[in-house]
Amino acid sequence: MAGTATATSLNVLVNGEAVRLRAANLAELIAELGYGDAKVATALNGEFVPERARAGTRLAPDDRIEIVAPRQGG
Amino acid sequence: MNVHAPRPAAATPLKLYGTEVASRLLLGTAQYPSPQVLREAVKASGASILTVSLRREAAADKGGQRFWDLIKSTGARVLPNTAGCRTPKEAITTAEMARELFGTDWVKLEVIANDDTLQPDVFGLVEAARALLTDGFKVFPYTTEDLGVAERLLAAGCEVLMPWGAPIGTGRGLANPYALRTLRNYLPGVPLVIDAGIGAPSHAAHAMEMGFDAVLLNTAVAKAGDPVTMARAFASAIEAGRAAYEAGLMEMRDMAAPSTPVAGTPFFTSRDN
Repeated sequence: MAGTATATSLNVLVNGEAVRLRAANLAELIAELGYGDAKVATALNGEFVPERARAGTRLAPDDRIEIVAPRQGG
Repeated sequence: MNVHAPRPAAATPLKLYGTEVASRLLLGTAQYPSPQVLREAVKASGASILTVSLRREAAADKGGQRFWDLIKSTGARVLPNTAGCRTPKEAITTAEMARELFGTDWVKLEVIANDDTLQPDVFGLVEAARALLTDGFKVFPYTTEDLGVAERLLAAGCEVLMPWGAPIGTGRGLANPYALRTLRNYLPGVPLVIDAGIGAPSHAAHAMEMGFDAVLLNTAVAKAGDPVTMARAFASAIEAGRAAYEAGLMEMRDMAAPSTPVAGTPFFTSRDN
C-alpha cells in the first residue's frame, strides 16, 4: 500500500480542531501527530476505540477523534 | 422505622465493591496550587482513594503523563470520574477511555443536568450506570439525596452510592440533612459516600456522625489557605465523626438536665416549700 494511495490526505477533527492528515487509520494518526508512546485513550465519532483496535480503525473524511490523557479531577 | 440506623460493630472496615479501604476520606486531585502541594496534601490526608479525570491532550503536552506519574507515586487507588459529561453516551465513552487509561474498572459516574447547579441528571445517571455495570464496571454514582433514585441505582447493580452534600464547589455542607438521614436509615447496609459540597471539617464530621461511610471532597482542601494542614484537619474530623458514630451519640432532648449530681449539693433547700 505504501507509496500508492497514502499520499491522499484527509480532513478530520482532532479534539475539536480541524486537521489535514495522511494517516489512514487511528494508529497512524496518533503517530503522525507526534504522540509517540504518550499515555492516551481514544474515541472515534463518540465511540471508544481501544488501543489494540487503533491500527484496524480506518479513518473517513470529517471523522471526529478524541485523544485524551490523565488529568486532575474531583 | 427506627430513628437511628443500626450501628455496625466498632471499627468496622469500609469495603467498596469488596475492596477494603483504609481511609474514609476520598480526595480529589484538582485545583491545588502546585503538584508538590497536591502530593503533600494527599499524604497528610491519609486518603487511599484519589479521584482523577481525563481531558483532551495535544501531542506536545506531556502534562498527562507527569500527573499520572505523580498519582502513581502516592500509592493510592484511583477513582476516575466522568466530570463534564451531559449524556449517558458521553459518560459511557468517557468511562471506557478511563478504564484503559487508568487500568481500573472503578468509575465515579457523573451525568450532569445543569451547568449552573451541576445537579446530577438522575435519569441519565441510572441509564449510564446500568450500561456500565453490565459491561463490568464498578460504578460509584454521583447522585442526589433522592431515595427513589437511590433504589433505582441499587436495582441496576450499584454497590456504592455517592449522594451530594451540596452542589459541587459550594462548600455549604449538608444542605438537606433530613433527606440524607432518611437515605442513611433506609439503606443501612449500603456504603454511602457523601460527595461534593463539603466546605469545612465540621461538615465532614457531621456526615460521619450521621453514619455515612465516607466523604469525598476536593475544593475544601485544594482551595484552603494551607491545603496540607487542611487535609490533616479533614482526616481528623472524619476519624472523629466515625468514632462518634460507632460510639453512639446521646439522644437530643428539649429540657435541660444537670450533668453534675444533684444529691448532696451544698446549701441545698427544696424550693417546693
